[in-house]
Amino acid sequence: MSSSNPHPSQPVWLFRFAALVALATLGLVCIGGLVTSKGVGMSVPDWPTSFGYGMFALPISMWMTGGVFHEHTHRVWASGVGLLVVFLTRWTAGSASRKTLARVGIAEVLAGVILMQINPLWKGEAHFLLGIGGVVLGAAAVGWKNAPASRLSVRLAWAAFWLVQLQGSLGGLRVVLDSWAIGGTTGGTVFGMIHGCLGQVFFVLVTCLALSLSGWYSRWTRNATEFRESFWVFLGTALVFGQLILGLWMRHQHAGLAIPDLPMAYGQWWPKTDAESLVRYASRREGVDAITPLQIHMHMFHRINAVLATLAICMAFRFSRNLPHGHPVRTLGSLWLCLIGVQFALGLLTVLTDRAADIATGHVAVGSLTLALGCWSCWAVRVHQRQFAEENRVLAGSVLPEIPAVR
Amino acid sequence: MKNTLKVVSMAAAVAASSALAGEITGKIKITGEVPPAREITPIKGDKLCGALHTKPVMTRTYIVGADHGLANVAVYIKAGLPAGKTYTAPATKPLIDQVGCVYEPLITAAMVGQTVDIKNSDAFMHNVNCQAKVNKGFNFAQATQGQVNPRVFDKAELAVKLICNVHPWMSGYVHVFDHPFFAVSDKDGNFTIQGDLPDGKYTVEANHLKSGMVTGEVEVKGGKATLNLELAVK
Repeated sequence: MSSSNPHPSQPVWLFRFAALVALATLGLVCIGGLVTSKGVGMSVPDWPTSFGYGMFALPISMWMTGGVFHEHTHRVWASGVGLLVVFLTRWTAGSASRKTLARVGIAEVLAGVILMQINPLWKGEAHFLLGIGGVVLGAAAVGWKNAPASRLSVRLAWAAFWLVQLQGSLGGLRVVLDSWAIGGTTGGTVFGMIHGCLGQVFFVLVTCLALSLSGWYSRWTRNATEFRESFWVFLGTALVFGQLILGLWMRHQHAGLAIPDLPMAYGQWWPKTDAESLVRYASRREGVDAITPLQIHMHMFHRINAVLATLAICMAFRFSRNLPHGHPVRTLGSLWLCLIGVQFALGLLTVLTDRAADIATGHVAVGSLTLALGCWSCWAVRVHQRQFAEENRVLAGSVLPEIPAVR
Repeated sequence: MKNTLKVVSMAAAVAASSALAGEITGKIKITGEVPPAREITPIKGDKLCGALHTKPVMTRTYIVGADHGLANVAVYIKAGLPAGKTYTAPATKPLIDQVGCVYEPLITAAMVGQTVDIKNSDAFMHNVNCQAKVNKGFNFAQATQGQVNPRVFDKAELAVKLICNVHPWMSGYVHVFDHPFFAVSDKDGNFTIQGDLPDGKYTVEANHLKSGMVTGEVEVKGGKATLNLELAVK
């Protein structure tokens, strides 16, 4: 992505800052993935404090103990990303955003104070609100006068602003409500899955914001070309998103190793799930936890969907080669194919290495990138379709030839 | 005369209580090829935990002793107790210790309402995350060496899992019963269920985390009974 930006209201440094936030978010997704892969999410039983200490006051000796390192690092890193997103919003939305930021900040601080007065047991949640409210007020206090970026970028920035706060709250609820029974499972599992899913969406959103601020995006609309086989791009993206949800479910339900062999499953194309077979499968495991039919079926759906998503992306790549050089869908198609190849290999390795934490986490990170690229491709298709239709409307009735559609 | 009556009534009370006191002894054996224990490699990789061990720490899925005796099996009265009778929780406090980054013992048995002490003998932090399904779960940190936190389970539940998320390989189990007639088999598979168990016929169940459950019928006569059970490798 080129950083040169001809659009005067989209300064290059704003794009660079947004790219940094996107990179930091990818790091956060990786650490979050590592927390789940290692099963250390509850190593710090309280939130937003850590063992009663403030977020940034935890003694190093405690921070460096076993799984606390991953969980607390995830929390501190997330706070950093939250801080960056708030200031990115201030920068992107310009000085006009100060009033809204001030209102939101005051509301959050007040909500924190009220919460503390209502019930001292909600002190932690109150501190969280006071903390983010303080950061938002800090951003509102930045008096630098700057113009907003494009309307699209501003909208994306505000969406990221709200989403990062929601995501932080969900991460906290995942800890606080861990032992709550919700629909046959625990609050920890339910909120952990929502938190994981929203994390992917948030990453895609931040990458889209960075893209909208880039010089590359501003050149997308040149030489509009209709892409009639765009179905494969949309299908591939939908399948990747479905795959991420299936993967999340598997990770939080410990179904990643419900089937330990490849390419067959317990020597069958679709393993039996009668009681006797389940006992036989469990005997192959070292651990004592039972394997459930649901775990096996979800694992199989994940495998099948992996093949379908790969095929859809291959088709999208194949048809994108018909587009002219420099067309964003063509450029993204090649990258997308590479990523899905890496992702497929990481999926195989996850099973073959007995779900090694670093491999499983790599699988999560590359999955996020694959989804982001899919969303960019869908976006590029839409931008070109609109531009193409617009240009055709203008050209209709004129003597100029129409822009040829590429099959 | 008064004193004689007192002595006679005391003797009668002792006789009555000894008639009530009964025990079931026996052995749990394992059949089939027992898979070898595997090293818990993450312990070695952890700087603090690894320093506490000179030998590899092995998994304890199957601990087999003399004459195929299987350890860590919860054995308890499944049926036959007087209907509707309630029992007082013993005053003794079973201890679950976190030592060398493993739970000792792996299997604990307790009665509803009985206090269970959970201790951290290590010089660094553990957290105790109780993943109960029937009882209320809990999660707390034990940052100090020697720290003991008592906990009481208020409902009967088999295999309540305790895990340490700081060291995710650490897990222990508590079986909670609504009566005091239970035991956990020792390293050679031997067990003794003690208490005020009246003479009569009982169904006894043996529960192993990996091998599953097996039941047997036993008759306590004169306060004594023996029952041997077999579990198969799964």
